[in-house]
Amino acid sequence: MEGGRRRPVHGPGRVSWLLVYPDTYEIGLPNQGLQILYEILNERADSVAERAYAPWTDLAAEMRAAGVPFFSVDDHRAARDFDLLAFNLSTELVYTNVLECLDLAGVPLRSTDRGPDDPLVVAGGHGAFNPEPMACFVDAFVIGDGEEAAGEVTEVVASWKAAGRRSRDDVLHDLALLPGVYVPSMYDVFYDGPALREVRPHHPDVPAVVDKRTIADLAAWPHPSTPLVPLIDVVHDRLNVEVFRGCTRGCRFCQAGMVTRPVRERPEEQVRTMVAGGLRRTGHDEVALTSLSTADFSGIDDVVAGIVDGSMGCGNVSVSLPSLRVDAFTVGIASDLQKGRRTGLTFAPEAGTWRMRQVINKMISEEDLYRAVDAAYSQGWRRIKLYFLTGLPTETDTDTLGVAELARDVVAVGRRHTSRATCTVSLGGFVPKAHTPFQWFGQNGVGELRRKIGLVRDALHRSGAQLRWHDPEATFAEGIVSRGDRRIGPVIEAVWRAGGRFQEWSEHFSLARWLDAMAAEGLDPDWYVTRHRADDEVLPWDHVSAGLHKDFLRQDWHDALAEHGLPDCRWTPCYDCGVCTGYALEHVVGSSVPPAGGSQGTGQDPSRGAVVPVELATVRGGAG
Amino acid sequence: MSAPAVSSASDPATVPATGEVAEVAGAGDPGDLGEGRVVRIRFAKRGRVRFISHRDVARAFERALRVAGLPVAVTRGFTPHPRIGFGLALAVGHESDAEYLDVGLDHAVEPSSVVEGLAAVLPDGLTPDAAVELAPGAPALQEAVTSVEYLMVTGVAAEVAADGVAALLAAGEVEVARSRKGRRSVEDVRPLVRHLSVVGHGEGWSELHAEVATRPRGLRPSELLEALGSVPGPAAGIEFCEGRVLRTRQWMERGGARLEPLEADPRPRAPEVRAS
Repeated sequence: MEGGRRRPVHGPGRVSWLLVYPDTYEIGLPNQGLQILYEILNERADSVAERAYAPWTDLAAEMRAAGVPFFSVDDHRAARDFDLLAFNLSTELVYTNVLECLDLAGVPLRSTDRGPDDPLVVAGGHGAFNPEPMACFVDAFVIGDGEEAAGEVTEVVASWKAAGRRSRDDVLHDLALLPGVYVPSMYDVFYDGPALREVRPHHPDVPAVVDKRTIADLAAWPHPSTPLVPLIDVVHDRLNVEVFRGCTRGCRFCQAGMVTRPVRERPEEQVRTMVAGGLRRTGHDEVALTSLSTADFSGIDDVVAGIVDGSMGCGNVSVSLPSLRVDAFTVGIASDLQKGRRTGLTFAPEAGTWRMRQVINKMISEEDLYRAVDAAYSQGWRRIKLYFLTGLPTETDTDTLGVAELARDVVAVGRRHTSRATCTVSLGGFVPKAHTPFQWFGQNGVGELRRKIGLVRDALHRSGAQLRWHDPEATFAEGIVSRGDRRIGPVIEAVWRAGGRFQEWSEHFSLARWLDAMAAEGLDPDWYVTRHRADDEVLPWDHVSAGLHKDFLRQDWHDALAEHGLPDCRWTPCYDCGVCTGYALEHVVGSSVPPAGGSQGTGQDPSRGAVVPVELATVRGGAG
Repeated sequence: MSAPAVSSASDPATVPATGEVAEVAGAGDPGDLGEGRVVRIRFAKRGRVRFISHRDVARAFERALRVAGLPVAVTRGFTPHPRIGFGLALAVGHESDAEYLDVGLDHAVEPSSVVEGLAAVLPDGLTPDAAVELAPGAPALQEAVTSVEYLMVTGVAAEVAADGVAALLAAGEVEVARSRKGRRSVEDVRPLVRHLSVVGHGEGWSELHAEVATRPRGLRPSELLEALGSVPGPAAGIEFCEGRVLRTRQWMERGGARLEPLEADPRPRAPEVRAS
């Protein structure tokens, strides 16, 4: 169907993978991780990969009624006929969809109930950094970058097949010996009452701590080279080219930034090749240069200029940079990009006061934000979107109300240029994540988040700014899973059995299902969600390592409480977070000097809240 | 950032009524194809691709035109769009051997190479088979098409189908409840039916051939089938459920003559070219 689709070649000599994104096709198709593995596995001589996405509830009901099993979109092949079902765990609220897919596939939900004829169920993605809530359903997790590990898993499964697919334990044991692969059934969990005491492997050769996989050189993996082009409307319907992986800005709430270190840039020339080739093959008229902070890419101005001035022969193409700082430099780039329609710009200051932004280590001065906003409105943008988190550590009502104050000021800046200036505030409840300095923090409960949202809403009354917020109840459910342990698995299963699918879709979400399931399992939701963890507590993910020393995270947590920011280590001395030294890696950065326009903590004095940039995302409005 | 509680996927495009003009994202004003050359292309939509919407087909063509490197003219202004005009929307799920689009070009390109260029890069199931360069000022597709033909499979036996067809053709008036943009109304659809016959059948099914007018508005195959089951006669009250539907032809009228859209307004001395 789609452009870029591979013709799957199955055969006895090939290990077959079904790559599943456990959300709708429209959300899952653009996922780059899945597309990268799809390409790599189909290029190997010993593997073949097809794709599947979670069927919407109406389709799932029809499939059950008609006895149609979960199947691939490529060749309409039944999921059970694959050697491996590989799930992308992008966010906790899709976990019940994984169970839905397994059940529709006719595969036993629990690993312990599966036999040699059942597919192996594997999972990866950022969710795998706390694998425990899904540990009873997933046979093996791949932690970290999947490019190399996918091939190694293929080889282990190939030998198991060649030897006649006998004991399932044999193949799981062999998988557990691969670097970066965590096989939950090889580990025993011990508790002291509600507290976790230890997670310990019961095989002498299985590692006590599973280290994440990290590809040293992004240039060795120029994927996807033939991106999938869907025939129907999907999110992010454009060419995506990853310009670097990893981020060392050090925002303390951001799991992605913490678990993907170090920074590995793609060579500028390869970015150009991938952009030009991708546009030529797909016919897209928009390209996104993706990363966690694209303005930090060493070659950003040259690459962007090359695309928009047509010197790369791409024709009339628009560029979007999904994560940018905001300063004179980046607003300048943004105006180059959006020569025509200037509909909306998104800025992510994340917190309403300078104090709060020091705590979360996203040190953006108000002066700098207003300057960026002023530049944006003066250059024709009409609508500014501001992203904030609430429920952050040490947050007071002054910090919360600071969100409204910033928004009112942004509108005021805009009204100097146009009476039509508007501003949308998007307020999300903060969920602490594993492997971040905030992993010890007790999340705000539903009532507290509601109260804070109410404060901002009242303060924005008749301000010209609109407020949107995430449902605090969904934030709470996400909190149950995000730092959950193995005891949360049965809760996820109970939510699914009670009909809880597509939990990140408001029309399908209900917190009552989660609370009922917790009660049925005898678990206290507050113990999991709102409780502050003790510094020396065993955390459910301590046997999985993102390379970060726990001491580093703990120090950073205490620095946060002391309102002390930390500059980016790309251009300042190393803090020994553990990733580079532990894995004998280095940052791969094209330029040894910080990007133009200033950047967080590079040559600035963080204590005075001076010219420090914010993030910015360009948003293409209108149809398309 | 925590994950948003509400994600959004675009709505599956709603099915525009046959004979109505669907708005196509990315296409400028219908008929606004610029000062340059305009090529009219005929294509089929067959197989699995029948489940994508009119708008999705439009986007697939926009991408294919870029991949093929054709010199598509673009609109002026802040948001340049390719100058492409589509004809009558085909309902999702229906197949067609006679879909059309008009493409404005910056300079003349041999119509056969437009067909070949697109055929090489379009998704499976979207198959261009012929093209012609239009005379300057030729009317836009959706303004000029006056009737369309369908082959429709319906789940009734041949005798029932024949009874329904005879009753409908004999009736002076056939009222069908229709909804348009959310408003319900009862309309006489008899004048829209120009031809109707049973052309094939099997166990419990029949195939109908119909030609329906597109003015003052079109008649959907589903509405025609509903009319067959509601017109007084032996087949009244029987449900003519819809099976596969294939649009086979579209027609324009020029001075009383019925012409295929590729024949209606060719550029003088520019013969229609068919791909082999």
